[in-house]
Amino acid sequence: MQLGRVVGRVWATVKNENLTGHRLLIVQPVTPELRDTGRRVVCTDWTGAGAGEVVYWSRAREASFAFSPDEVVTDATIVGIVDELHVRRS
Amino acid sequence: MLIARVVGELTATRKHPAHEGQKLLLVQPLQLDGANRGDAVVAVDSVGAGVGDRVLLTQEGFSAFSSIGQMLTPVDAAVLGIIDEVDLESA
Repeated sequence: MQLGRVVGRVWATVKNENLTGHRLLIVQPVTPELRDTGRRVVCTDWTGAGAGEVVYWSRAREASFAFSPDEVVTDATIVGIVDELHVRRS
Repeated sequence: MLIARVVGELTATRKHPAHEGQKLLLVQPLQLDGANRGDAVVAVDSVGAGVGDRVLLTQEGFSAFSSIGQMLTPVDAAVLGIIDEVDLESA
């Protein structure tokens, strides 16, 4: 999974029926030190996360498994809202 | 798999049920010379690893969720071993 911060939202009226009812959030990947890194991605959301929240998300086939047994067509899903990060690099 | 270093832990109250009861580690992939290889990832822990340990990291879904017995769940990274030693010369 990867860390990220919710920075926006996408609305799409016309979409695959297996995306119906799913919020689409824009996530900026971040490092454990909460610095932006890499490109923003659009994620489906299992958690109900809101703007500004630090989250972690799964990618690829596993992103869809968050909604099992529904077959949601997604390759990135927010699966947790981060409460605390404890980082110690030597 | 990649060689990686555990650099932290993460807590989350609101998370997918497949992650309940799992230790979530912040894991920094490494090059063989010890330099960072890309950004740190969040991985479940299947072996009891801790901060500072050098570990084996998979970022392949099937092996990741299998390692904690949570089949077909949104787990895409896991720590699969704690490295004792790497010997490059004799490889």
